Amino acid sequence: MVSGGVFFQRESAMPQPSISKSMTSGESGLAALFAVTAFLCLIASAKALDAPFAFHAGLSAAASLAAVFFIVNCYYDRPAALPPAEINGRPNYNMGPIKFSAVMAMVWGIAGFLVGLIIASQLAWPALNFDLPWIQFGRLRPLHTSAVIFAFGGNVLIATSFYVVQKSCRARLVGDLAPWFVVLGYNYFILIAGTGYLLGVTQSKEYAEPEWYADLWLTIVWVTYLLVFLGTIIKRKEPHIFVANWFYLAFIVTIAVLHLGNNPALPVSFFGSKSYIAWGGIQDAMFQWWYGHNAVGFFLTAGFLAIMYYFIPKRAERPIYSYRLSIIHFWALIFLYIWAGPHHLHYTALPDWTQTLGMTFSIMLWMPSWGGMINGLMTLSGAWDKLRTDPVLRMLVVSVAFYGMSTFEGPMMSIKVVNSLSHYTDWTIGHVHSGALGWVGFVSFGALYCMVPWVWNRKGLYSLKLVNWHFWIATLGIVLYISAMWVSGILQGLMWRAYTSLGFLEYSFIETVEAMHPFYVIRAAGGALFLIGALIMAYNLWMTVRTGEQEVQMPVALQPAE
Amino acid sequence: MKAILTLDNLASGLVTTIWTPVFVAIFLAIIAYAFWPRNKAEFDKAAQLPLREE
Repeated sequence: MVSGGVFFQRESAMPQPSISKSMTSGESGLAALFAVTAFLCLIASAKALDAPFAFHAGLSAAASLAAVFFIVNCYYDRPAALPPAEINGRPNYNMGPIKFSAVMAMVWGIAGFLVGLIIASQLAWPALNFDLPWIQFGRLRPLHTSAVIFAFGGNVLIATSFYVVQKSCRARLVGDLAPWFVVLGYNYFILIAGTGYLLGVTQSKEYAEPEWYADLWLTIVWVTYLLVFLGTIIKRKEPHIFVANWFYLAFIVTIAVLHLGNNPALPVSFFGSKSYIAWGGIQDAMFQWWYGHNAVGFFLTAGFLAIMYYFIPKRAERPIYSYRLSIIHFWALIFLYIWAGPHHLHYTALPDWTQTLGMTFSIMLWMPSWGGMINGLMTLSGAWDKLRTDPVLRMLVVSVAFYGMSTFEGPMMSIKVVNSLSHYTDWTIGHVHSGALGWVGFVSFGALYCMVPWVWNRKGLYSLKLVNWHFWIATLGIVLYISAMWVSGILQGLMWRAYTSLGFLEYSFIETVEAMHPFYVIRAAGGALFLIGALIMAYNLWMTVRTGEQEVQMPVALQPAE
Repeated sequence: MKAILTLDNLASGLVTTIWTPVFVAIFLAIIAYAFWPRNKAEFDKAAQLPLREE
């Protein structure tokens, strides 16, 4: 693990002798709360009904004790006065939690891509299951999706949102412990969720697999995140609330609503991991895909569009192409996305009109999606030449192109007749990955390549050449992945619906599985390239932080003589 | 025969239907706000915001 010194700025060196030091109510209250939590978790661990719950309760007891230690340790390390909101009239930005989240994004990203490669290989060569329950496809698959979406993507969103909200509001994050509670608490949620999957703990709802106790913890963390973000906006020095903050806020608020809406579950016992969801049947399915598709719309789209609206103008050194369009883009997305979920349930027990409604709203989403894409791309007007020289900007721009491509494909696939061919096939997997690898992945990589030198105060990246390698290797990986899945998915769909002249199904299911094999191998190769790119990136960022040249510091923290 | 025009039916029918025009009106108001000539200067300044900060 990286030492604390990487994250904490050594502003504690300032001499401030006059104030007597005491714990804030937040510090003492939170320390006491975690001490009580540690005790309760210990009891829960002793009374646990199943082994994974005992493990998680024990882990939570240890983590709570670590939190008490962390809070007390921070108290002894800090000077008597809390960090000021401004130093010499300039905002005193809080970069520590951002650094932590950026590092965790990279760590989880590599873990998530690796698990993706493993399960892709398992599909091509099933023997790789090794007949071990913990690494079966069924357990590793949610580990992969949660690691890349919530762990990698989530940390990127938290890190960039904390950065952008401070910079564009010209205000320090509110709270001293609260931002740390958000980043540490969120990563602890990921740890509980991920280890739970491996041990077989799941409520079997796609992208909402974590069980009730992890869900409760996430609720507390997420509400704190919302309060820190909102509090910083309220404190802002900049009168206008920048469009990126609107997108981040929509992401945070909507994820809270989705999480609460989709997870009302009753635990079988307070000392066991199993719970049952409040409603069953088609109501549960409808809720699940209202949640599932808006996780795509507000986690994987709105949040990352915020990144687009801040980092592309900043990197290209050009203003947003049309700020008016960005306002309409935002509200159109908000009004339309929330209705698109039923397209996941075409030709099911869901009422026909609901399916058609979902399809209609999905098609209407073409407008905000492409409006946003055009706005992002046209921001390069007058700076197109930078694409040749700056691979980071190229990564950001290609991500927007992938956004346009996958948001064209998505509504098309939501059309019922197209869906009758594409649903349950690899085409869906290919579609998801053109969005996930091309859009979310590349825009995240671009943002991290920009932000790491900024928050660690480095002149620039360790090597732009390595960024170039990352870009091309990863792009090749994506192309292999999505083209393999297109061919595989359409082939699969056509084989499933092929009839003989006598009206019998032409292919048995196993024949369609056999036909997929070459494409699964190509897909795994694409995933391996994407992983190699991420490893190159991690090395590059590591070297940037370790050996990069310090940016000339503004004279900070000089106290006026009195 | 069941009464179609009861207070209950009228209320729930109105409440569930009224969202469509309300949302459409809100959205049109947002478009008007975005294109209102007097707001142009503020938006042009906001488009520069990432480039202005320290």
